[in-house]
Amino acid sequence: MRIPCPICGSRDIREFDYMGHAQALDRPDPGAGAQAWDDYLHNRDNPAGPTRDLWFHGMGCGAWLVVERDTVSHEVTGATLARDVKGGAA
Amino acid sequence: MRLDKPGQIDRTQPLSFTFDGREYSGFAGDTLASALIASNVRVVGRSFKYHRPRGVFTAGSEEPNALVTIGQGAAAEPNLRATTSELCEGLVARSQNRWPSLDYDLLALNDLFAPFLGAGFYYKTFMWPAKLWERLYEPFIRRAAGLGALSGAPNADHYEKAYAHCDLLVIGAGPAGLMAALAAGRAGLDVILADEDVRTGGRLNAERIEVDGRPGADWAETVTDELRGMGNVRIMTRTTVTGAYDGGTYGALERLSPEVAARTGAPRECFWRIATRRAILAAGALERPVAFRNNDRPGVMMAGALRAYVNRWAVSPGKTVTVFGNTDDAHRTAADLLAAGVHVAALIDARPEAGTDLPVRFYAGAQVVNAHGRGGLEAISIATLSGIDKVQTDCLAMSGGWNPTLHLTCHMNGRPDWSPALAAFVSRDGAVPGLLTAGACRGDFSTHGCLAGGLAAAKAVLKDLGKRARATDLPVAEDAPYRISPLWAVPGKGRAWLDFQNDVTVKDVKLAATENYSSVEHMKRYTTQGMAPDQGKNSNVNALAVLADATGRGIPETGTTTYRPPYVPVPIAALGAGAQGAGFAPQRFTTSHDLSVEMGAPMVEAGLWYRPGWFPREGEKTWRQSCDREVGMVREAVGVCDVSTLGKIDVQGPDAPAFLDLLYTNMFSTLKVGRARYGLMLREDGHVMDDGTTARLGAHHYLMTTTTAAAGQVMKHMEFVHQCLAPQMDVSFISVTEQWAQFAVAGPKSRDLLNGILDDPVDGDSFPFMACGAVSVMGVAGRLFRISFSGEHAYEVAVPARYGDSLFRLLVDRAGELGGGAYGMEALNVLRIEKGFITHAEIHGRTTAFDIGMERMVSAKKDCIGKAMAARPGLSGPDREQLVGLVPTGAVKKLTAGAHLFDAGAEAVRKNDQGYITSAAFSPTLGHFMALGFLKDGRARHGEEIRMVDHVRQIEARCRVVDPVFFDPEGGRARG
Repeated sequence: MRIPCPICGSRDIREFDYMGHAQALDRPDPGAGAQAWDDYLHNRDNPAGPTRDLWFHGMGCGAWLVVERDTVSHEVTGATLARDVKGGAA
Repeated sequence: MRLDKPGQIDRTQPLSFTFDGREYSGFAGDTLASALIASNVRVVGRSFKYHRPRGVFTAGSEEPNALVTIGQGAAAEPNLRATTSELCEGLVARSQNRWPSLDYDLLALNDLFAPFLGAGFYYKTFMWPAKLWERLYEPFIRRAAGLGALSGAPNADHYEKAYAHCDLLVIGAGPAGLMAALAAGRAGLDVILADEDVRTGGRLNAERIEVDGRPGADWAETVTDELRGMGNVRIMTRTTVTGAYDGGTYGALERLSPEVAARTGAPRECFWRIATRRAILAAGALERPVAFRNNDRPGVMMAGALRAYVNRWAVSPGKTVTVFGNTDDAHRTAADLLAAGVHVAALIDARPEAGTDLPVRFYAGAQVVNAHGRGGLEAISIATLSGIDKVQTDCLAMSGGWNPTLHLTCHMNGRPDWSPALAAFVSRDGAVPGLLTAGACRGDFSTHGCLAGGLAAAKAVLKDLGKRARATDLPVAEDAPYRISPLWAVPGKGRAWLDFQNDVTVKDVKLAATENYSSVEHMKRYTTQGMAPDQGKNSNVNALAVLADATGRGIPETGTTTYRPPYVPVPIAALGAGAQGAGFAPQRFTTSHDLSVEMGAPMVEAGLWYRPGWFPREGEKTWRQSCDREVGMVREAVGVCDVSTLGKIDVQGPDAPAFLDLLYTNMFSTLKVGRARYGLMLREDGHVMDDGTTARLGAHHYLMTTTTAAAGQVMKHMEFVHQCLAPQMDVSFISVTEQWAQFAVAGPKSRDLLNGILDDPVDGDSFPFMACGAVSVMGVAGRLFRISFSGEHAYEVAVPARYGDSLFRLLVDRAGELGGGAYGMEALNVLRIEKGFITHAEIHGRTTAFDIGMERMVSAKKDCIGKAMAARPGLSGPDREQLVGLVPTGAVKKLTAGAHLFDAGAEAVRKNDQGYITSAAFSPTLGHFMALGFLKDGRARHGEEIRMVDHVRQIEARCRVVDPVFFDPEGGRARG
């Protein structure tokens, strides 16, 4: 598997660490309550198809990426810097 | 025997080699198999189960019979295919699976018991009684099973792994692959052309086929020369592409030529990971055998292989050859033999309508029903309409048609389609993204079809990548139609082999069907068909055709088993190249490493780092003696210890204070410049991640330290918090762990020692406890931190790493003059346990700030990572196991880490478990053992007597629960 790092270009998967679904970007407010925090920390969908998850280019530029891929075909359709995703949402 | 005709061998270069101890010779260009055939060696191995004598069967990597061990001693490598092993001077090869010798093999007795050894034999026989399994059955099976044997000695050979990148990977350098590479290369693509043979050309080397009016091999050589001249094309011969993986990544195994591999330090094999934008599979096709009685006799071989031996290597495995087939390839084989001057005793074509102009005895609509001759083929029986004919022959070439080599197209779960016209499976387009097929591997069996297919595939790739194709003419070549009348198994008595390597016969597959193993995957596992090193390359399609017949289904309904990587066996040594011995993991050395080794310190691993355990002095016989002395030195004089391995992260920017407030449970925005503070970091789930001191060097400039073990994890966490949670913060940080050498100088005389090397001496006012700042160390700009991990008056002094070695030597030297010296990890550990300071033994991932008594460090004034979840019920309270100290009170004075704690009168079983010990050591300061551990509601139980049981080491001790700070609980020594 290869990931198109926006900074470094197409790189082998071994340069990256996997973190999980990109919902980890959406940290709740401290007082959001137990349900919101449980969902944020523990509850994940298990999609068969397109998904977005976080990868850390630790053996490369150190960027956190939101990678779009398909869990069925294994196709990687894109990667965006997490900071840009957050910036766009703000 | 060697034929009197040219071939692709160099008769001016004779090579001598041995097989089973006997000397033979061949020529440069030979494989071990062709050289053995030239030397009239017919039996080259014994079969797996029945130990039947076997001869060379194919001319490629699909070889099921001619598996040999090559090399001697530790370098001996088993299960190498003689058909792909290049001959070299002095090669030493041995046959396998026989004892005591190839001619007299005792286990050949198995063949007599064949009626009892059918499919599922092991499952049916070695069942009861169960107690015999371990002592009798398994050892027996293990001795009898397996093909070659490893030497058992460490492998001294070199292997490598490497990466390559290209626009187009062409797999196979036959006519289709060459044509594709040529068109893509001329258009300027970065091309890798890989082929498992030692030369390009594929079947053109094995056939008498003309391309553009000249011998096919010559055409291949001309094209190869042009490709070699292109800077953008790389030809990798001896390289088998073994697997197709996600994202255009392919695995490939390169065998280096024996001459190259023999050079000092040169690798024997290299495993490549090739990342490519597009790939063209031009892997050709594999000929399949026909199952008939005793079709495994030495001398029976594949027709295409026989043509390769005759045409390429100028050898013939027989003097009187017969040919049996169901396509025109049988006729082509007979014609090649006649052209080479080899006597053809009979040509048998299973197709009733077939005819021939060749001057040979011809049988149409006939089948070979038996092969005679125990040690090697002597005659065959042919069933005709009028009865059985027996023909004397020492070699039978057989051809049951061709199976496209579509394995790679199925590596990503693709399934092939059945083509009734070809009586074979063909790949489905798009099965592997970015991979096209061309030539025989997609069912185009004629030379013209291969050339045209290769060109078309290259043009499709060029168009796809937006490149313009240059004019490339399609060479003229034969375009004979492929006419096959399927023939899988000749009916009749006796055993007819499907899988030669694993000794699976038609009977076994039928038995499996009878016993209801009718799914092809079940049949495979029940009979072991296709499970040998050749992975069923010769047998899969035939076996499932027999299964389809036995179960009354069609072949498409029966389906195939799954093709998985690797296409050929890949040595673990190649996959894991470089990752053994000292190269298994990177090694990180501190600047004090050399002196520590000079001083005789044993270096212990701490993550990737190496740190000194202790510094033995004359007269000290045990590590404890050294450790106790070093602890005493620090408590009474001064000790020096390298702490450079702790992670050092430089944090700068206007938002640095707010960023650290978010990371740590406690406040860093309120820390004064020139001061350091201990910080605690949680994971978002509320458990402790790491701890360490952070110094504020300026309003917007901090230097934080992490533990040695968690440095990488903390850095990644900080990147996450910044990039994913708080990208609006204007803060930058970078690891400076390797840029600074940092030494702890600890003990009552530490300031005396430091003032001897600092250009401006420090005192209690200028450098109070937890002060930090820039200093000049004998003219070198450094940093000083008054922090203590020992509980003593202590400092850490840092200089740029290039001065580390000289500073450490100086510090150790001066410490010696003050009655101190260097101390190692053992003393460091004792010192911190005496003070109740935690490490990752305590913050092991399951402990909370509450557990370690630091819940008050979670600031109420601000949010921080982990704060919300740390407040969950269950992460604090009396049910939690809390950090305590323990001292022995009974007759047994030793406490051990890992031991569990129980109430004094309770049985030491799991349901009574009250906690466990995380760190234990003998304290020379206190004169007895001490331990840190976690105990249920421990803070409320100080003074209680409990029971420690170490089930592993069989140690049991009574101990008392105490405060985890054993020494100087007021902390006066560090502040003073």
